[in-house]
Amino acid sequence: MEFGIVELSRLQFAVTVMYHFLFVPLTLGLSILVAIMETVYVMTNRPIWRQMTKFWGMLFGINFVLGVATGITMEFQFGMNWSYYSHYVGDIFGAPLAMEGLMAFFLEATFVGLFFFGWDKLSKVGHLTVAWLVAIGSNFSALWILIANGWMQNPVGAEFNPMTMRMEMTDFFEVLFNEVAQAKFVHTVSAGYVTASVFVIGVSAWYLLRNRHVELARRSITVGAAFGLASAFSVVLLGDESGYSATHSQKMKLAAIEAMWETHKAPAPFNLVGFPDQEARETHYAIEIPWAMGLIGTRSLTTEIPGINDLVATAEDRIRSGLIAYEALLDVRANRDATEAAVMATFEAHSADLGFAFLLKKYVDNPLDATEEQIKAAADDTVPTVWPLFWAFRLMVGLGFGFIATMAYFFYRASFKGMNFPRPALHLAVWMIPAPWIAAELGWFVAEYGRQPWTVDGVLPTAMSVSALSMTEVALTLAGFVIFYTILFIIEMGLMLKYIRKGPFQDVEETDAWNQRHNDRLAGRRNADAIATPAE
Amino acid sequence: MILHELITYDVLRVIWWGLLGVLLIGFALTDGFDMGVGALLPFVAKTDIERRIAINTIGPVWEGNQVWFILGGGAIFAAWPPLYAVSFSGFYLAMFLILAAFIVRPVAFKYRSKRDDPRWRTTWDWAIFASGAVPALLFGVAVGNVIQGVPFQFTDDLHTIYEGAWYMKFIGLLDPFSILAGVVSLSMLIMHGSAWLTLKAEGPVQIRARAIGSKAALVAVGTYVLAGLWLTFGIEGFRIVGDYVTNGPSNPLHFEVERTPSWLSAYADRPWIAVAPLMGIIGGLLTYLGLRAGREVSTLLVSKMAILGVISSVGLTMFPFIMPSSSDPQSSLTVWNSSSSHLTLFIMLVATAIFMPLILMYTAWVYKVLWGKVTEADVSENSHSLY
Repeated sequence: MEFGIVELSRLQFAVTVMYHFLFVPLTLGLSILVAIMETVYVMTNRPIWRQMTKFWGMLFGINFVLGVATGITMEFQFGMNWSYYSHYVGDIFGAPLAMEGLMAFFLEATFVGLFFFGWDKLSKVGHLTVAWLVAIGSNFSALWILIANGWMQNPVGAEFNPMTMRMEMTDFFEVLFNEVAQAKFVHTVSAGYVTASVFVIGVSAWYLLRNRHVELARRSITVGAAFGLASAFSVVLLGDESGYSATHSQKMKLAAIEAMWETHKAPAPFNLVGFPDQEARETHYAIEIPWAMGLIGTRSLTTEIPGINDLVATAEDRIRSGLIAYEALLDVRANRDATEAAVMATFEAHSADLGFAFLLKKYVDNPLDATEEQIKAAADDTVPTVWPLFWAFRLMVGLGFGFIATMAYFFYRASFKGMNFPRPALHLAVWMIPAPWIAAELGWFVAEYGRQPWTVDGVLPTAMSVSALSMTEVALTLAGFVIFYTILFIIEMGLMLKYIRKGPFQDVEETDAWNQRHNDRLAGRRNADAIATPAE
Repeated sequence: MILHELITYDVLRVIWWGLLGVLLIGFALTDGFDMGVGALLPFVAKTDIERRIAINTIGPVWEGNQVWFILGGGAIFAAWPPLYAVSFSGFYLAMFLILAAFIVRPVAFKYRSKRDDPRWRTTWDWAIFASGAVPALLFGVAVGNVIQGVPFQFTDDLHTIYEGAWYMKFIGLLDPFSILAGVVSLSMLIMHGSAWLTLKAEGPVQIRARAIGSKAALVAVGTYVLAGLWLTFGIEGFRIVGDYVTNGPSNPLHFEVERTPSWLSAYADRPWIAVAPLMGIIGGLLTYLGLRAGREVSTLLVSKMAILGVISSVGLTMFPFIMPSSSDPQSSLTVWNSSSSHLTLFIMLVATAIFMPLILMYTAWVYKVLWGKVTEADVSENSHSLY
């Protein structure tokens, strides 16, 4: 593959978005966990919960700021590196981004300052409200971003306008209630909740292994495990929902994830493992689970899922249909004051396939000049590279089931074994900390890489979406981002580790005194329910 | 959906042109003093305690303020997609510098006081200074370029092409007029930052802020007047010619544009717009007096008035142009040819009408909760909870 401006811009997007996504999942989940802890504090008035809120809140703050800072890059990069994309779909795609600012980001950013600075300035309930507003704002942010992203996967509620040479919105509610966006939203925020739960459990386990901050750590694990278990179930089930909606909108992505070259008689089997061979279009040494794919993908025993080869044939038909639309488009544009009705009718009949004609722009300036070989090559281009998708997906799903098992175990120990955790489990929890980040990055990769060669599925090819920039400019900014982000990452990790090592340092005397009283009370009532001491 | 037909397309476009101004002004009024305080930091605060006082005056609010910038970007994307596409890729390296500043600044605020090492803190102090001063200057430079026209043109498919070598897209921005515009913007935001510090700080920080700010106010007024004269006599304007419709499809190639001797003909057509530059000049002079006299609340208000006047004078003078093209005037972006569709503008207007008042309400509440001065006692007693 030739490495040009398109590949360089994609690399820059991948680097900056994957970096941004190191901070987002933790923000999503930790904001809620912190708000839950503060809720317990306000309800029970026990100082330990305020200390937990402040401690995890501090780590939340260190992480949050980088999520905010790197998020700005994402919003600006569309205009900087992807200006044709911005022109072509801004009418639809820009709206959720602006809504995100109006509805969500203002909320979280305005109140996050008060969360840290307002402990003495607000009543308890007032401060709790602020904590929840930050959590709600963060999660609303994710909703709007995923509505925007969902539209790229499944572009509903819009049509092409030949007069403005762009997609324009026809139905806002279709964009809003896009099934792909809804499934993605719940899947993504659940992934964030799992990430935060694993983080909280892992850090707390590290304290328990060193016999430090035991009261804070045991309670934190309990909250994390309960929240994490629910979220881990949700992330897997909603991931399945994403798969289900992919069968409606992105058949090629689904077939590529499954390395399903041929259409299989329903219900199709699921390839558990195997070695996809793109050249030969077959999967070597596949281990199949009969029926599973058909059941997951279509929830029926009779609906067929098309394989890659059939989808390529469909793409070829759509390229030919797109060429008819393209020819009519030139006519419509040239005679915009007096377009013949017949030409307009031809255009409208084929305009849904216009994007497929643009796939030829990679080979020829004027798609109408394309040869038969080029049309065939463009149809082949609609298949993303299969093996990275195949393996990334399987690793992500494996991790997902791993989270359910771990969370269930910690939940069981916390609920039924008096918050006592065996040392091997604690070691495991510490080592597991990076796992949810790996799973989240893989999930992002499957969703976005699987959409190639399109930026907007079936509408706009990636190769056409870039700005008219020189390689030097994009290389300069890419180098800038890499250097800059590396430094920030080292600083961020350094601070995180410093404050984790330091442990909770606010309200120490008051909390320790309460812990002492609380443990004395428990010792005095040996057979009583361990948790049930009266509120202060 | 037919509801959107309630407001005609051309009216919606003018409303969104106004809202674009509201967002830019909202950004300059709020995040403007953050940038100003950043640019002032090494000069108004010498000791660590003084620096922490200055930083903590904006500590709890900069995050919300920065959202004006992000919302501005999002709103341009949603309401003016061609403007977003052309300006962000056209000012590529300048955009990257602004972006870098807006990434470093939050981190610097948040991380500076998390270690006691003086070298660590000094490094972040310089980061705060640069990330305040550089964008404050560059925003003005960008406006100076937009006024003179930017060298871009559209292909038939509406791809944007820029003229000249890649480095000219950055070096070429720095012509004398644009640098002058940059000085206007930098000095104006330093003035605004001083007004904020006068309100929120006391002691040596406040005294130094007033001294520097009053000079900045005079520089801002002086350079603004100078730029106005230059605009009158030295810079060509743009004009749409021929028959055109204001509610047609957003396609610049459907319009004919020619150069005019000066932008100032706008003041002959619409004399009332002279209110804007007058507000800018009078506001700047009042801020000078306010800072000298040590008035607090009223100085911040007149400083806001100056910013409101200066920014709106640019928009009103250029109307209906938003981003003219110097190399191919026909490609110029105007209110009539570079908006989103009728439906999108309407939906975004409904959303803005609902949420903007809410935002203003809770932002006002937060400022009210945080009302009062940041004192030396505050920052030395709360070394953990404050920055």
